[in-house]
Amino acid sequence: MSVHTVKEILASLRRKESKPSEWTETALRMIEQHDPTIGAFLTVDGERALERARRLDGEAFDGALFGVPYALKDNICTRNLKTTAASRILESYIPPYDATVAQRLAATQGVLLGKTNLDEFAMGSSTENSAFQLTRNPYDVKRVPGGSSGGSAAAVAAGMVPFALGSDTGGSIRQPASFCGVVGLKPTYGRVSRYGLIAFASSLDQIGPFTRSVEDAAFVLQAISGHDERDSTSAPQDVPDFVRGLEGGVKGLRIGLVTGLDEHGVDAEVQAAVGKAVQTLQDAGAEVVEVHLPHLRYAVATYYLIAPAEASSNLARYDGVRYGRRAAGQSLAEMYENTRSEGFGMEVKRRIMIGTYALSSGYYDAYYRRAQQVRTRIREDFEQAFKRCDVIVMPTTPTTAFPLGEKVDNPLQMYLNDIFTIPANLAGLPALSVPCGVSSEGLPIGLQLLAHWWDEATLLRVGHTYEQARGFAMPLPRMGA
Amino acid sequence: MGYETVIGLEVHVELKTKTKIFCGCSTNFGDPPNTNVCPVCLGHPGTLPVLNRQAVELALKAATALNCQINQDCKFDRKNYFYPDLPKGYQISQYDQPIGEHGYVEIEVDGRRKRIGITRVHLEEDAGKSMHGEDGRHSLIDYNRTGVPLIEIVSEPDIRSPEEARLYLEAIKSIMQYCDISDCRMEEGSLRCDANISLRPEGSTEFGEKTELKNMNSFRNVQRGLEFEVQRQTQLLEQGQAVTQETRRFDEATQTTVSMRSKEEAHDYRYFPEPDLLFVHIDDAWLDRVRAELPELPAQRRARFEQELGLPAYDAGVLTAERAVADYYESVVAAGSDAKTASNWVMGDLLGYLNAQGLTVEASPVRPEQLAGLIAQVDKGTISIKQARDVFKLMCESGKDAEVIIKEQGMEQISDEAVLVPIVEEVIANNPKSVEDYRAGKQKALGALVGQTMKATKGKANPAVVNKLILERIGG
Repeated sequence: MSVHTVKEILASLRRKESKPSEWTETALRMIEQHDPTIGAFLTVDGERALERARRLDGEAFDGALFGVPYALKDNICTRNLKTTAASRILESYIPPYDATVAQRLAATQGVLLGKTNLDEFAMGSSTENSAFQLTRNPYDVKRVPGGSSGGSAAAVAAGMVPFALGSDTGGSIRQPASFCGVVGLKPTYGRVSRYGLIAFASSLDQIGPFTRSVEDAAFVLQAISGHDERDSTSAPQDVPDFVRGLEGGVKGLRIGLVTGLDEHGVDAEVQAAVGKAVQTLQDAGAEVVEVHLPHLRYAVATYYLIAPAEASSNLARYDGVRYGRRAAGQSLAEMYENTRSEGFGMEVKRRIMIGTYALSSGYYDAYYRRAQQVRTRIREDFEQAFKRCDVIVMPTTPTTAFPLGEKVDNPLQMYLNDIFTIPANLAGLPALSVPCGVSSEGLPIGLQLLAHWWDEATLLRVGHTYEQARGFAMPLPRMGA
Repeated sequence: MGYETVIGLEVHVELKTKTKIFCGCSTNFGDPPNTNVCPVCLGHPGTLPVLNRQAVELALKAATALNCQINQDCKFDRKNYFYPDLPKGYQISQYDQPIGEHGYVEIEVDGRRKRIGITRVHLEEDAGKSMHGEDGRHSLIDYNRTGVPLIEIVSEPDIRSPEEARLYLEAIKSIMQYCDISDCRMEEGSLRCDANISLRPEGSTEFGEKTELKNMNSFRNVQRGLEFEVQRQTQLLEQGQAVTQETRRFDEATQTTVSMRSKEEAHDYRYFPEPDLLFVHIDDAWLDRVRAELPELPAQRRARFEQELGLPAYDAGVLTAERAVADYYESVVAAGSDAKTASNWVMGDLLGYLNAQGLTVEASPVRPEQLAGLIAQVDKGTISIKQARDVFKLMCESGKDAEVIIKEQGMEQISDEAVLVPIVEEVIANNPKSVEDYRAGKQKALGALVGQTMKATKGKANPAVVNKLILERIGG
């Protein structure tokens, strides 16, 4: 198996050593060969992808991602292409419009291959909450790929596509990137338009790329960033040249190490790998300082009030009236009840109930309002921390990929897996997961970097510098037991 | 024991924007069902609202015209409930930071001014319209109205009678129309009204148990529904029974109210800040501009008509209720007519004709200058006031100027003494009995002579001139 980065594919196409259709064919072959085992894709749009690629064969190299095949998480709406959010309730939903990111990628002349699996409505950390199928970790098919963007992470890790988009509400890009040994980036809240992303928690959701290198992440981020008038929360912020910003090293940059992470049960091998990565950055000229995030310990609890509260409202539209699944009922109330009972899975129902409760009259102040106040504290923690450093370093996850089924019946255990990823969402910060080693069991370990609001440039530069300096290449996945 | 009625109104007013509040769809009323819709207003997965600034502008104008304090940092909230005509399962509204608070309007009750407090004015989106099939098995939904911008105007419980409620509602409508905020057509649903009503023993300061009244689709029905409710609650209380807190619906057919749902079934709307929209900041410049651009409001105009034009209060009230009528009236006066004469014409013949034809004053076939022209013809003595009313009818039908019609109809009044003297002398010569009678003191005989002269001139003679000429010849 040989895999290529976006950069390599673009170089080959630019030199006319290959044609777009060849890359699409290769990708489709890889999917055909490995996806029956991995289960990354919910929909493969092969014929149309080939058609698009063949049309590009005859055209001059033009767009920024000309001829590069890619996949989208199946909660990103694509016109005339089924988009399910891995939910029974949207089983046969075909959007009448394209998400802004889908439009922007189409404008760069990339080739969309299909839609990837996820935890239903992006609620989960293992992709096991998909209503349709399991996705397996390419490094160990008995283990989860992480979630909720497990399909996109696994598709890139398995070499089926050089990049894919996911969405990150509490770690749903970075955690699976870490588990699957690829690069995952959650941009600053407001950097990428959410228009067309099926909402889970509107104030936390952000779309970002999975790639095989930090440089590729910069390519893709460039293509999808920028203000969109259809999303009021997308910021009218200048988009710097991320690719050009990669060079320059880390000399003189201050790397913040968060104190007191031990209490969160970080696996020794993970700790060692992250420690080594910090050493690598130090060797490259970075200065290490300690930072405190005193409210970090409340992040998971805060998140599990705010996210479900927003979700309980965001998912109200799935009522069987206008689109999607409708169950029969003798009355309107019964139709609603049956539709939603049959259409939603267990975890989605759990979160709708938690969220409904948190917003209920009489409980609002104690739960939702309090959670928003803690959220502000967490944000302030980061403001303080970034006065002392340029980038904060943490493990992406406390452990490596866990076995399929291990946490399915223990939602709290599952939630705690997101302890290090959730803070960036609550604060709206950009964060990156870069592979930093492999455990004794051959499982990837992720290094997480967080930067100041809107400073993806520094984030990517540090990630890129580390990647160049780390002194090893990630082993290719075994794709088998 | 006597009871005091306590009423508060919640009035919904659709704003006159071209497009919806959160998407680019048209707000046009009466288009075929589900033609003014898009993925955003249909609540498709992944879509997001984008605020229409014009809706904020109109809401700001309304709140200002209703004397509200403006929240210069206002925000939107989600009001969560399930209903098929609400595509997202929540309505984007304003909860704890509405655009305006603590305002008031003035009404006139039995010749006395009364101030009705306004608790709040907030901006929100309208829902669609459900139509229930006659078979009882199917319902159809039209989403054209989904996302049309609305303001909700909530009054204080300051209203003390069904009549006051109607007057308050008319005052709101008038202000909205003056400011060009809304059409306020109750029959099209661009103005809707719910009422909270309770009774309490006279002199009591505590509120009684209230009912909420819905589905009153005309100004008259608002008053009738409330009147019925006063009766119903009075009866209950007099029989020693309690009023149940509930929502009741006005039934037009029976002119009564019927129970819809009790308080136990009341919703918990689970309001929370809308995360898809930013805070709206209304800066001083914006607020100042809206204040400066506010037109003269009905109450001010009414006072001016009374004070500057010397109109009776009744006339001023009728003429200023609708901005277009007041504008029309002022144009007539500006074209040279006497204020009271013009008022009589506009309130009487003009509005009478327009109402009979179902026309708005904007669609009047007679323009203000034309009406002024007609009045001038009367003033000059060309035609009598009686003739003028006939001319007005012809003007309405033809759109022609008064002068043209008077010529066409040969209606000019004869005031020329040189023409009238021979006719008068002939009448006197032919009616010696009447002349004798008059000289003997019978005043009525003068009328007979004038009548004969009028008859001889086919009614065109100027009666005043004829009178004078006859008296000169037979008078003492």
